[in-house]
Amino acid sequence: MADLTTTIGNLKMKNPVMTASGTCGFGKEIEDFFDPSELGAIIMKGTTLENREGNDYPRLAETASGMLNSVGLQNKGIKNFIDNILPGIRDYDTNLIVNVNGSTIDDYIELSGIVDGLEQINAIELNISCPNVKMGGMVFGTHLPTATKVIKEVRKAYSKTLIVKLSPNVTDITEFARVAQEEGADAVSLINTLLGIAIDARSRKPVLSTITGGLSGPAIKPVALRMVWQVAKTVSIPVIGVGGIMSAEDAIEFFLAGATAVQVGTATFIEPDAALRVVRGVNSYLDENNFDSVSKLIGQLN
Amino acid sequence: MTKRTEDLRIVSRRIINEEYFVLDLKSGCDDLLIFPGQFVQVRVDNSMGTFLRRPISVYDVDSSKGIISLLIKVVGEGTRALSELGSGDNINIIYPLGNSFTFPGIGEKPLLVGGGVGVAPLYFLGKMIRERGGEPQYILGYRSENQIIDYDKFSEIGNVMITTEDGSKGYHGMVTQHPGFSKGGYNRIFCCGPDPMMKAVASLALAGNIPCEVSLENMMACGIGVCLCCVADTVNGNVCTCTDGPVFNTKDLKWQI
Repeated sequence: MADLTTTIGNLKMKNPVMTASGTCGFGKEIEDFFDPSELGAIIMKGTTLENREGNDYPRLAETASGMLNSVGLQNKGIKNFIDNILPGIRDYDTNLIVNVNGSTIDDYIELSGIVDGLEQINAIELNISCPNVKMGGMVFGTHLPTATKVIKEVRKAYSKTLIVKLSPNVTDITEFARVAQEEGADAVSLINTLLGIAIDARSRKPVLSTITGGLSGPAIKPVALRMVWQVAKTVSIPVIGVGGIMSAEDAIEFFLAGATAVQVGTATFIEPDAALRVVRGVNSYLDENNFDSVSKLIGQLN
Repeated sequence: MTKRTEDLRIVSRRIINEEYFVLDLKSGCDDLLIFPGQFVQVRVDNSMGTFLRRPISVYDVDSSKGIISLLIKVVGEGTRALSELGSGDNINIIYPLGNSFTFPGIGEKPLLVGGGVGVAPLYFLGKMIRERGGEPQYILGYRSENQIIDYDKFSEIGNVMITTEDGSKGYHGMVTQHPGFSKGGYNRIFCCGPDPMMKAVASLALAGNIPCEVSLENMMACGIGVCLCCVADTVNGNVCTCTDGPVFNTKDLKWQI
């Protein structure tokens, strides 16, 4: 068996496979299908300081090889997470990562500070790329000076491993990755969803209540691979690849493009154990191709 | 029973009409514990254009034989592809999903109101009510006589009143206009069908102070409560139809009725 261990900042992972935020709840929801402890990390549903109801239904549109969503960060807030969710998952033998969101820079700072005090949480993923909220989210991640400021401030407030999740809805994603590195992020994850629209020709109405939504699934994999490849050549901090990974072979492609680790997202909606299948498949690939560790695959595009 | 993903063999495909068909699936599980109102997520392997699974209500379960029956309406490319499968083909489903209807108490008189493909969970519910000694009364609404689904099968377990929109069979009108609706002296109402029908039924139930449960058919991606796409607006905020539902007591739904 090949060595699957991977390090992101101070995060030691048993393998390079994580769940993407918003695709496996907090881990509990998928326990019927597999043991979340088998993964390198679980990135939990996007969390805010306060309770949020998210956007109105409908929030979903199926598209060619993918889907649009406009959930809008529905979550019960950090206090509920600490009081009611964390006790049920703290014993998982994996890394628990909180996906941090806010409407203002002060929100991000306060939330990061609270999460810094949770001993079971080893890292945060700073979400400055959610396309489905009016305030914050992608507004932070598509404007370079604002992104710089929020990363700088969160870095001061958060002492452990800081991952910054980047938006693909920009002209040059490498600028944002470079800023993340300069402001002290330990890693970048990319890509968040691509902004899109679905229209119902029969009713001549938009399908989503918010009109626009975030596109995910295999439809976006080539875009994600290209951006991971560009960013990996630009920064020295680890790049976490995410976008349309359905199988181990997809994950291998991201490693070859320069990703140190990967996140499995939308695939979990079709196969609840998709992330575990990726772990096993990557291991088989390494054995069959005589790699003794996954790290030797990173950026090895022939 | 825990949720699971499994390949099931189609042991029978029965065409009802050009719109509806029934698949009987043989589970490898010998202790099927599925309740009326629960659903399955069907993976559509024979359609390139279908990315997500399709949520389908459980129509019937024969635990002793390990058979799960699904009543499916052809509405788009995914369900059309499913209609092309036949006996011997395998189908991958995640099941059992969601909550279930609350069984009426002993001596209570339940009314089961269904429309179109929404009659599916009501058959299973009526069968279980009958097995527990109850007498389900059905009012089932269709567009037209040739849309009626398994009349004899429903009649075996309860009294069936039919309404059609064109008057070709039964009462000419909507389910809520059927004389049997107001005369019945029902203690409990269970309903599944198009949203306008469920809202009309909920409104009558509210007026008559009769507890009413409906099964929602919201668009879903995952079916297991992780994508948060299928939410229903309730007195408890937005909740997942796939895990907190699909069955809701109408007093918990924020419907403008």
